[in-house]
Amino acid sequence: MITLLFFSYLKEAVGNEQIKMEYTPITVKQLKQQLETNYGLDLQHVMVAVNEEYAQEGQLLQPGDTIAFIPPVSGG
Amino acid sequence: MSTSLFTITDKPISIEEVVQKVIRPEAGAVTTFIGTVREFTNGKRTLFLQYEAYVSMAEKILEQIGNEISERWPEAKVAITHRIGRLDISDIAVVIAVSTPHRKDAYEANQYAIERIKQIVPIWKKEHWEDGTEWVGNQLETKAYPTGKPEGEDLA
Repeated sequence: MITLLFFSYLKEAVGNEQIKMEYTPITVKQLKQQLETNYGLDLQHVMVAVNEEYAQEGQLLQPGDTIAFIPPVSGG
Repeated sequence: MSTSLFTITDKPISIEEVVQKVIRPEAGAVTTFIGTVREFTNGKRTLFLQYEAYVSMAEKILEQIGNEISERWPEAKVAITHRIGRLDISDIAVVIAVSTPHRKDAYEANQYAIERIKQIVPIWKKEHWEDGTEWVGNQLETKAYPTGKPEGEDLA
């Protein structure tokens, strides 16, 4: 299994802050493409963190990973 | 309040407690940055803000910013507390305290910290206006997504 986390407007767009998915050996980029198709999202400017560290698009996901989708931040 | 130097809290922030975390005999200067909730942005009135964070990661990234500051200003000590949840006008959203032996480094390192927070720390704010709500879409506070997601030129 992998766990997906959504924040800010993405949480509202997906309708959930957390989704569990069966693990398949795909990259961050491929997961983004799946979600864009399945949920009608635009993730072009969304950063991805795997296990609380910012990840590159080419990173291969591992079983048990927590993948967070991080829209442009606006703290401060 | 947490004794950790880098903290996300849903309670009001004590400026004094953040400052005390960096007070030490080696310091000759302490700068504080206090970010507060602004009522008017480009003439539009804010009623209140809702801050949300990926708390566990946000605290790690705040610590990373502290490490970046240590590389650039080796004598600096930094403490950062950011509040989340509902904040009303003039409530304190963030306090950054930096102590250094001499004042110039304390000013520079403090400004570095707030700029980095606005770039990489996973915290978001939702504006509650008189006529609706908007997630603030980027750190420059110039872009928002009124329909809930980017559109138009953002998709180009």
